[in-house]
This record gives sequence, structure tokens and C-alpha cells, in this order.
Amino acid sequence: MKIELNGKLQELPAGASLADAVRAAGAEQRRGIAVAVDGVVAPHGEWDATSLAEGSKVEVLAAIQGGAEGWELGRRAWKSRLIAGTGGFRSLEQMERALIVSGAEIVTVALRRIDPDAEGSVLDIVDRLGLFALPNTAGCYTARDAVRTAQLAREAFGTEWIKLEVIGDDRTLFPDVVELVEAAETLVADGFTVLPYTNDDPILARRLEEAGCAAVMPLGSPIGSGAGIRNPYNVAIIAERAGVPVILDAGIGTASDATLAMELGCDAVLVASSIFGAAEPEAMARAMRLGVEAGHAARSAGRIPVRTHAEASTPTHGLPELS
Amino acid sequence: MSDKSGYDAVVVGAGVIGLSAAWRAARRGASVIVVDRAQPPAGATRVAAGMLAPIGELSFGEPELLQVTLAAAELYPGFVAELEAATGIGTGYTRHGALHVALDRDEAAGLRRIHELQRSLGLGAEWLPPRRCRELEPALTPALSGGVYAPEEAAVDPRRLTAALLAALASEGVEVRTGTEVSAPLLRGERLEGVRTSAGEELHAPFVVAAMGAWSGARSWLPEEARPPVRPVKGQIVELRTPEGRAPCERIVASERVYLVPREDGRLIAGATVEERGFDTTVTAGGVHEVLREAYRLLPDVAEMELVEAMAGLRPGTPDNLPVVGPGPIEGLVLACGHYRNGILLAPLTAESVADLLEEARPARSTFRPDGDPKGNRVAGRLR
Repeated sequence: MKIELNGKLQELPAGASLADAVRAAGAEQRRGIAVAVDGVVAPHGEWDATSLAEGSKVEVLAAIQGGAEGWELGRRAWKSRLIAGTGGFRSLEQMERALIVSGAEIVTVALRRIDPDAEGSVLDIVDRLGLFALPNTAGCYTARDAVRTAQLAREAFGTEWIKLEVIGDDRTLFPDVVELVEAAETLVADGFTVLPYTNDDPILARRLEEAGCAAVMPLGSPIGSGAGIRNPYNVAIIAERAGVPVILDAGIGTASDATLAMELGCDAVLVASSIFGAAEPEAMARAMRLGVEAGHAARSAGRIPVRTHAEASTPTHGLPELS
Repeated sequence: MSDKSGYDAVVVGAGVIGLSAAWRAARRGASVIVVDRAQPPAGATRVAAGMLAPIGELSFGEPELLQVTLAAAELYPGFVAELEAATGIGTGYTRHGALHVALDRDEAAGLRRIHELQRSLGLGAEWLPPRRCRELEPALTPALSGGVYAPEEAAVDPRRLTAALLAALASEGVEVRTGTEVSAPLLRGERLEGVRTSAGEELHAPFVVAAMGAWSGARSWLPEEARPPVRPVKGQIVELRTPEGRAPCERIVASERVYLVPREDGRLIAGATVEERGFDTTVTAGGVHEVLREAYRLLPDVAEMELVEAMAGLRPGTPDNLPVVGPGPIEGLVLACGHYRNGILLAPLTAESVADLLEEARPARSTFRPDGDPKGNRVAGRLR
């Protein structure tokens, strides 16, 4: 059966559904995608049930703002390079507004603090906004504890993805790296897509990548400190050497920190306290989105080298000689 | 007398909100009945610390909430005075202020930020250096970086308040029917005309006041389209006591993570966790540990106190933290729910608003007495 997919002929098996066509268009996920069949928009829920006929015209459009090119994490395509936390907001309404404005597609949720079955709660909003809820193992201090929490999260949230946190002490909330590597190895072997929160240590980042983690998430400074990126050199080295996405995880205080992370070569930035703790979370969510976009664009643009001495920005050659 | 029954209103829920609303309405001559499946004090009322602290609870971006909590705090002295005069039962209302302290430099920076917001709004809150904090409350930990003192803040004992309200209702001849669950609404067309109880009895009234706290939302007996956006938010608290009958602090003391509310009889309430766990009310080791650890950091004498009870309750949370008070989406329904962390504080204001609504909307044939007190500011009522 031949259909017209985004203006080009496409061969599909007879009886193919709209969902098959969407996959054929290369859209890995349903979020942020709008689809029309013969000019009529089809809601997400109907893609599987909508069967196509010979000659159907299907348009698959990315509906996310900004137009920035996407990235890949855990073999899925994403548009937004900002990942947001869901804890700490003063109200659910405030959280919802901030998440919308942030443009984030992935949001983290703490299994320990949220009952996935609770009605009218955080997850309802996450679902309503069509966001991907990434469970984390916040509050775990040993590999064993983290592995068990991840397994519970897999049951509760129906996802193999886990943001792995194994904390060393509750004053600094720095990762316990020995336990972290052990937990990562165990979870990868168990089929998880593991996203570990780690130190800004390039060797450790490499070890985590070798263990099969889908990304590394180095901290900029302690969780919730808002102290920014204290060791930009290490973050840059991690980003340069990593074969998996690098997500700056902790310490972002304001938009310029997020920009710096992207300029250093990170693929994405995770923010939580800096948004919910701001006097106006919605406004800060917007600032963070712009900061991430600006940093990513600047990184791709190829900045000028840093010079010691001035160089006039007005070129001198080609000027008329008036003497 | 209204048709088929003797009631002007059925109040569902005998928490502090329902009882206060019933009392204010009865005082103005309305004929009301209160039904609840439990024996009060129950639910969030039993677990609440009873802080009446709009200034210390202030956070960014919630000006409407501040407005209603301040208005409610102003009503409180008159509310409890009238209640105590009517019943001779003390409510444990005290107004010794509240002291919020910072335990390290980081907390001090956060507290100063809130203090600046408080001052910008003209609220009565003063920054105190560590020495002045400990002059006010000598038992505070020496590891202090400063504090904010709000002298106007008050507290009440929700259980004694409940006892006083029950006595006041009894003296007004209002029946509080406990052990009675409401199973269904009585609807005539689009209009709510009463409720059916699980015992099969029908209670008819032109108005039904829904004051079921955390149970007002998804799991309530209300028709689905009339349910307010209320969800349970779990909180665990610990009750402590000294043998000498004197609490180790005189006023509310609080840090970033815990508050301590002294009672007149020497008990001390330490709270509270904030957990999105649905209707779960399990008291957990972790929850109690967290509350006690932070209480001990703030006031080391806590370690010597007797642990009387650890409890978990469900705050009725709303998406924007504001209460839902006012006419409901179906005729005959009055909503008085969604008070989240401020139910005890907002009770007098909610009660006046509900009584106003019942009075304004009552049919002419009804028999409200004219000597009621119609003043009292409206809670930010919202229609959902």
C-alpha cells in the first residue's frame, strides 16, 4: 500500500495504522507531535485505531516551539534540552504553569514522595501535560536501596528509565560513587535505562558510561545550592569525552548557569530548586528555557577565541585612502 | 420550617470548618444539622497543630492566601471569646507570637529573603540576632544564625476548640449526628435538596454545606461535576509532653523544616511532613524521625520529653493552595473545603462566609433571627 507521507510516497504494509505511518516518519514518541490525515488532525489516542487507505495523505509535524534541533536520550528523540524537577513547588497550579513555560518534555519524580496512584496529584498533571515522568531514587544511600527503589519505580510508573541517585551524606548530598557504580551495573544488567547523578569527575563519568548508562549527569555544585558550575573545566572534559549524553544535574541557580552548561558542551540541563525556589517560578522557568536554548545555540555557532588584546571590530582593509 | 424536614441546611463534615459554619449559621437563627461518619475531633482537625500564623507561613506568589489568612487571624479573638463565653470551655487560644529561626548561614539567607518580603508587605515581623532569639526562648539551640519574630501570631488547640464548638452547638439545639456517613446526594433535577445517609435516611434541606476536608474531592458523595479540586496531602506530627506540665518554649518556634507549638498544659506539637501519598495515613518511622530530628536540632530539650503520640492526617489541598468556599456548581450546594494548611485559621472566616451565603439566599419563609452578625469578610470564594 502506498500513502503520501509528508509529501513523499511511502510504502506501508496493507492495513497499516496511522501509528505505523507516524513511526515510518521517524517520530519515536508521541509527545510534541501533531498528525493530520487528509487534512484532518488526528488526536494521539486514535492513531492505533485509525487505519489508512491507499493514497492517504499523512502529515506528521513536530509541534514543539523553538525549532531547535532535537537530541537523543535512551534511544528516544527529544526536542527540549531542559529537564525539570516536580518537587518543591508551593502549589500544583504553580508547578503546572512552570512546567508548561519551561517547555520541558522530561520531568523527574521522586518515588519516595509520591504515590503514583494518588488522585489529583503531581502525576495527574504530568500526564495531562503529556510529559515523560522520569522516576528517581532520591533519598537512597546504598546500592541495594537504590536498586530496590528503581525496581519499585519500574512497577509503579511502568518505565524502565531511572534517574539513579545514591547519596553519600545528607549535608552535601554528594553521590557515593562506589555505591553508584555498583547500582548502575546492577540496573543496566536488569534492563534499565540508567541516568546516574554523579560527581564532576571525568574518570567516573567514563566508568559509568562503560557500565552501560544511557547518560551521565554530573553536578555543577551541591543539589539545591544554586552555586552554579564550580568546576567548568571538568564539566567540559566530561562533555568532550563522553559517548553518551551529558546532562548537568545539580547546582543551577539562574539562567546563565544553564547557558554555561550548554556552552561547555552538555546536551541538556536538569533544574529543580532554581525554578521552584524563585520568587516567581513561572518567570524563572521561562528564563531557564531561554538560557538553555541560548547556550546550545552559542555552542553550535562556534564562538570566537579569547584574545589578550583588542581587535577592532571595524575592518580596516578596503577603506578609501583619503590622504 | 422547610419542606419535608426541619432544616435550613445540612452540614456534612464535623471538622472545625463544618462545626464553625453550623454554629455561626445557628447563631443567626438557621436550623442546621451536622453529620459525620466519625466522632469529632477526627480527620485533619484532630492532627492539626493549630498555628494561627499568616505571617510566618507567608511565601512568594500567594497574595490572595495572605489576604484571607490575615483577615481570618483578625476574626479569631472575637470568635473564641464568643465561643468561650457561650460555653465556658477554653479553646487554648494564645497569642504569644512566633519565632522563626535560621540554624545556619544558608537558612539565614533564606529567612532574610522571606523577611524582606514580609517587610515589603508591611507585616509585623522583626529580624533578631541570635542573642535576642535566645532571650525570647532560652531553650533554643545555641547554633543559631538569627530569627524573625512575629509578635502577633497566635495558636489554638483544635481539639479543645472542637469541644467548645460541640458544646455551643448543643446549647443552640443543633444536632451533630456522628457515626453517620453520607452515601448519596438527593437531587431534584439540577438542584441538590439534601443527602441520603448510609443508614438509608434522607435529610432534606434547601442547602447542603460540603465540609468534608480531604474527602471533598474525588472520593466524595458529591455528583462528579460538583466535586471541588481537593486532594489529600499527608502530614505527620508528633505530640510530646513534659512531666512538669510546662513546654520548653513559650511561643511557636520554627525552623525551615519544623514547627513547634506549645500548649498551655505543657504539651508540645511538632510537625509536620508534607507528602503526596493519596489517602494513606500510615505513621512511618521516617516521617517521625524527620520531625523529631528537626525538632531536636531546634530545641534540644525535646529529647527529654515524653512522646505521647505520633499521628498522620490529610490536609485538603487544592491546585492553588486557596480554599474553595462559596456556592457550588450545582444549586443548593455550598462548598467549604480545600483549606490545605490553614483550616483551623480559616474556620471563623469560612463560617461567616457560609452563614452569609445561607442567610442571603434563604427563602423568605425561613426564620433567621435578625440579631446575627452579618459582617465578616468573604473568603476568596471560587466557583468551580
